[in-house]
Amino acid sequence: MSDFTSGFWSVYVALLTIVSIAACGVLLYVMGKMRVKKPPQAASADTTGHVWDEDLSEYNNPLPRWWMWLFYITIAFGFLYLALYPGLGSLPGLLGWTSAGAYANERKAFDAETAPLYAKYLAMDAKDVAKDPAAQAMGERLFLNNCAQCHGSDAGGAFGIPNLRDQDWLYGGEPDKIKESITNGRNGIMPPFGASLGPDGVSNVVNYVRSLSSLPADPLKVQLGKPLFMANCSPCHGQDGKGNQALGAPNLTDQIWLYSGSASIVTETVTNGRGAAGAAVSRMPSHQDMDPAKIQLLTAYVWGLSNRGAAAK
Amino acid sequence: MKPVNGPPPPIPIVAATEEVALYEIRKKIYPRVVHGWFATWRWSLIFATQLVFYGLPWLTWNGRQAVLFDLGARKFYIFGLVFWPQDVIYLTVLLILAALSLFLFTTVAGRLWCGYACPQTVYTEIFTWIERKIEGDRLARIRLDAAPLTLEKFVIKALKHSAWFAVALWTGYTFVGYFSPIRQFGIDAITWRLGPWEAFWMLFYGFATWGNAGFMREQVCKYMCPYARFQSVMFDKDTLVITYDRPRGEPRGSRRKGVVPRELGLGDCVDCNVCVQVCPTGIDIRNGLQYECIGCAACIDGCNQVMDKMGYAPGLIRYTTQNALARGYDSRTMWRRVFRVRTLVYSAVLLALIAITALSLATRNPLKVDILRDRGALAREAAPGVIENVYRMQIMNTDETPRRFTVEASGVPGLAVQGVEQPVSLGAAQSRMFAVRLTAPSPEDDTDEQKPRGQDDERRANTRNIEFTIRAVDDDKVVRHEKSTFIFPR
Repeated sequence: MSDFTSGFWSVYVALLTIVSIAACGVLLYVMGKMRVKKPPQAASADTTGHVWDEDLSEYNNPLPRWWMWLFYITIAFGFLYLALYPGLGSLPGLLGWTSAGAYANERKAFDAETAPLYAKYLAMDAKDVAKDPAAQAMGERLFLNNCAQCHGSDAGGAFGIPNLRDQDWLYGGEPDKIKESITNGRNGIMPPFGASLGPDGVSNVVNYVRSLSSLPADPLKVQLGKPLFMANCSPCHGQDGKGNQALGAPNLTDQIWLYSGSASIVTETVTNGRGAAGAAVSRMPSHQDMDPAKIQLLTAYVWGLSNRGAAAK
Repeated sequence: MKPVNGPPPPIPIVAATEEVALYEIRKKIYPRVVHGWFATWRWSLIFATQLVFYGLPWLTWNGRQAVLFDLGARKFYIFGLVFWPQDVIYLTVLLILAALSLFLFTTVAGRLWCGYACPQTVYTEIFTWIERKIEGDRLARIRLDAAPLTLEKFVIKALKHSAWFAVALWTGYTFVGYFSPIRQFGIDAITWRLGPWEAFWMLFYGFATWGNAGFMREQVCKYMCPYARFQSVMFDKDTLVITYDRPRGEPRGSRRKGVVPRELGLGDCVDCNVCVQVCPTGIDIRNGLQYECIGCAACIDGCNQVMDKMGYAPGLIRYTTQNALARGYDSRTMWRRVFRVRTLVYSAVLLALIAITALSLATRNPLKVDILRDRGALAREAAPGVIENVYRMQIMNTDETPRRFTVEASGVPGLAVQGVEQPVSLGAAQSRMFAVRLTAPSPEDDTDEQKPRGQDDERRANTRNIEFTIRAVDDDKVVRHEKSTFIFPR
């Protein structure tokens, strides 16, 4: 796994390393054979003979022998280490250690620890998992790590991102539907109607839609908007405006809005659509690479958020 | 090793210069036993420091070990004080205080740390004492080491090493006991249930004690310890240093007791070499202050004993300063110089820092709060006309009693805290993290049909500064204010 374009560099590095370490050993040995004058403490010791700046010279006092032995031990350790671990160019070392391998081992150990726990929860029904406080704590931590960036730390959603704590579900609130949303992701698309309806038509539809939620609306425009709604909107949102979970079309008759129920925002939604190129929308990403046990824990946690009575919490 | 004080002495033409290998084999030092005023002080400090070191981990406080550095839980307990990682500033302050006090007493009287308090010196003294008790006095030890290996020698050496090993192991056990509750650690050790790392560190520190105090001894001071090397930076001409009074002592030579030395043309020094024999680092203080001298004053005690026997005045080797020698100060003047600008400034800074630290510790707020606002979900419309922002709040109760806290927020009209059951309760020394939301009525007019967003530049998001107030239920003074922001989207 060398990044070098030529094998020369590996040999160069390895050779330099070995020669340098060996040279230290040779230097140590040669110096060990040297003898210096050690006077009684009174007089000054030998100097090295070099003189700098006219009168600056350096003593050559002896070093302790244990220091020399420590150095030899270090050299021996150095050679042993380089034999066992990667260090001489691209030689892998006798132990075959790699940092990627070290990480993989850590993951294996961790997975082995969590496997029985995961297996237990995977085998249970999600609604039962929601009753287990330990599982809910795990689910909360998983949620905070994976989901809270979009859905908020309290799972309350954001502009274009559903609130997971309410009873209003775009695609269905049963555990299997929640699991489907997490695993495969969701991509809600609403076509734009600005061109087909024109500004007046849009305004009429917007007022009708707001009236479905009992929000303030111009009565005349509501009347004009109703047939437009039936013609254009009901195929997805239903004649009663209660939405279609098979399509992910929201319920327009409640107080819960994915993109805000203010007149200006609803106008924007109808005019430009959602999910089509150019219109601001969020897509729910898929998590097919996520451990199924984690998805199970998240499903149970999310289901538990909206079903506090049924869950142990 | 140039002498520090005075001109070079007349070199006695006694020992010839010898040749040694560059890596010289160390000659073992056999320090002779010494008694005296300084030796008494040294042993008193040995007892005091070791009583503290070996005794502290056994004290309890509040149902737990009084002094415990729980690395795993990241809490340091010192009696009633609990230090969390966020309190590492106090460690910094402690190190600064240690350095400043070191500068102060070193500038006054030299290497007081080395001679009286340093663990290397203390444990070397203890191990030397054991050696003396088992192997005998200085001459006996020298003879024993020179003798060939017999059964008796083996037994004596084995006894000595067993005693050393026991002390070393207990030292390692005590050291680890500062990090792992010592009673449980002891039980685990006896029943062979120690974890690998606990066992390793106990044996490692035991081995280090045995090696450093039994064998390395002065080698640490001479070659390893940096303090030896920068002591000269901390000395000045008024620092009290152990000095041989050369004018009084020279020329040295032996003479009969009762003789007046001046009549023989001799100084007070009888050349008994006791000062060399008692020195744990093997130097001759008569050559002047050397970097190996650890300031233990054994030479002072030894010489004073001899002076006493000869009937001379004590103090041939004594604590004095360079200025006192050069300018002939009397004792009073020399001691007055202790209170010079340098020492006064060190003292003032030290006292000020201690006072500030004590005050800071006494008024520590046991409540710590961190608030992170959500960045992905910046703001949302909870209901028509109501805007919500979400935050992650971490509340830490660093006290060792459980507490309850109320969470409030202000800065925007109608701001309310939702999503958390109030008051929030935390156990002793517990930390909790939870999501909390703030709601506020939206200032935007709802019925106004305007152009779709993005086409009107003037409608920008509105960021307001808000403040969270977390307050203990039963103590108004335990309160934290944390600033954050509330965003109204446009």
